[in-house]
Parts: sequence; structure tokens; C-alpha cells
Amino acid sequence: MTISPDNIVLWSWGPVSLNGTLLYSWIVMLLLVGNSWLITRPLSSSTSISRWQTLLEVLIIGVRDQIQEVSHQKPGRYLPFIGTLFLFIGTSNLLTIVPGFIPPTSSLSTTTALAICVFLAVPLYGITYEGPLNYLKHYTRPTLLMLPFNIIGEISRTVALAVRLYGNIMSGTVIVAILISLTPFFFPIVMQLLGLLTGMIQAYIFAILAMVYIASATSAHHREANGLPEKEQATSNETQERS
Amino acid sequence: MENFSLIGMISIITAGLTIAIGSIGPAIGEGRAVAQALTAIAQQPDEAGTITRTLFVGLAMVESTAIYCFVVSMILIFANPFWDYTVSQAGG
Repeated sequence: MTISPDNIVLWSWGPVSLNGTLLYSWIVMLLLVGNSWLITRPLSSSTSISRWQTLLEVLIIGVRDQIQEVSHQKPGRYLPFIGTLFLFIGTSNLLTIVPGFIPPTSSLSTTTALAICVFLAVPLYGITYEGPLNYLKHYTRPTLLMLPFNIIGEISRTVALAVRLYGNIMSGTVIVAILISLTPFFFPIVMQLLGLLTGMIQAYIFAILAMVYIASATSAHHREANGLPEKEQATSNETQERS
Repeated sequence: MENFSLIGMISIITAGLTIAIGSIGPAIGEGRAVAQALTAIAQQPDEAGTITRTLFVGLAMVESTAIYCFVVSMILIFANPFWDYTVSQAGG
């Protein structure tokens, strides 16, 4: 019983070894890159477009809208990073239903790498958007006393991001493996359906949380300056009156 | 061989207790969160999208605590370092 695809060594040559995680992540990457390349060759803006182009357009527009709603900023700057996170995690979690495919996200190495990408992207976006001084001032909000707690929070939320994705996907695969040995054929399929649902939700949540962290580093004082949009203010007033 | 039985026994009992106790809190919390979200959607169906998205993000946050417990119990059963150490000591 292997708990992670890291332990599946498929091929080793001296110090270099190819384990399951590497192979499966490369498969996912090749799928994404190859398909995107194939689909974007015959792009057209005419009235009759291919189904695949429609699929890509739906995906891109969906991700753009979500980024817009979460961050209240123009989505173009964040679209490549967030969209890549979502597509990679989503694809690798979708492919769990292929027999013999172990999702690379069920290994702590992959999820840690993704979380570190987010951890590095937050200050990068923050500093390019506001300058280093303003970005560093975020850590002293609301007072200077909160500085250590903000730093601890920054690290712990990264760890949580990695372990959340890893735990969800790993638990799905492990539960299915255990059930197949106990009650074959029907019950594991139900759990796999549940695993598909949680996998897609986890991909969505990973991308949204990355966006939330980046947005909090880039737009905190903008929102304070502009205040809420009128609609939100009205609803918040209503809820206050109700309660 | 007393070490084997002791480590195995304690690991299994702890793994069961971890997942049992550790899932109570998140379950209650998520139930409350979903109930509140349903109330909010019933009051303002127009805002269903925003409420649902925020609910999912919040549920993921709450769920992660239960997931930590699950990971710990899995490590205790399948990848227990103390167990591996005693096995290697006995074998070597």
C-alpha cells in the first residue's frame, strides 16, 4: 500500500530517478500544453467556431469573472497565474477516474511546490503593484504589535494550502484503494464520484484562495479609500437593521 | 518483540481517536455554516453566487482541520516512523 506516488520508482539511472509524481505531472502538463497548442492554431472570430475553442473561451471567461469578483481589479494581470493553478490542479484531479492514473496532487511534493509558488507570487504582485514600502506596511496592520502574527499567518496559510489539497486528494485515492479491496465494483464508484466533486472544489478553492491572498496584498488600502460599492453598502445596512 | 505490539497498539488507538474527535468540531462548524448560508440565500436569492462562493471557501478552511486529523491518522497507520524504526532495528 503506497500512500504517495513519490514512492513508485519507475526508472532510475544513477542519482536520477523517475518517480510516479514526476511522470504523472508531466503527463498532465503535456495534456494541457499540447491541447492548448492544438486548439489555438485555428483560432477564429467568425460566427462558426470549433467546440474546443468554445470550451477554452468558457474556461477563460469563467476564470476572468471569478478573479474580477474576488479582487475588484482588472483580471488580466492575474489570469495566467491563477488560471494555470486552476487548470493544472483541476486536470490532475479529473484524471483520477482513469485507471492506473495516480493524481500528482496526491503527493505532498506537488502541493508544496504549488503552495510555494503562491507564497512567492504574493509579495511579487504586491511589490510591483504598490512598491516595497507600501507592501511592507501591510505587515504592520492594524498596529506594529501584529507584525509577528502577520508573518506567522503568512507561513501557516501556505502550509495549510499545501496540506489541504494533499489531504483531500490523498484521502480520496486511499479510501478508494481500501474499498476496492473490501467491497469491489459498486461502492468504490460512489466514492470516486465524491472524489471527483471534492477534487474540482479543491482546485477551485486553491485558485480562489491564491487570488484572495494576492488581492489582500495589492488592494487593501484601495478598498478602504474607495469604500464598498453602493450595492454592497445597501445590503450590509439591511442586514444590520435586520439583526 | 514487546516494542512492536506496544507501538502498533498505541498507533492504531491514537489514529482512531484522532479522526473520531477531530471530525466532531469541523462537522458542527460546517453544519452551522451551511445553515447560515441557506438562510442568507433564502433571504437574498440574487446574491446566491457570492454567498455560495464565500461558503465554499469558508468550508474549505473548516474542512482543512478535519483533513489534518485524517492525515495524521493515515501517517500513524501507514507511514509510522517509529514502527519503521523498530522494524529496521529488529531486522538489522
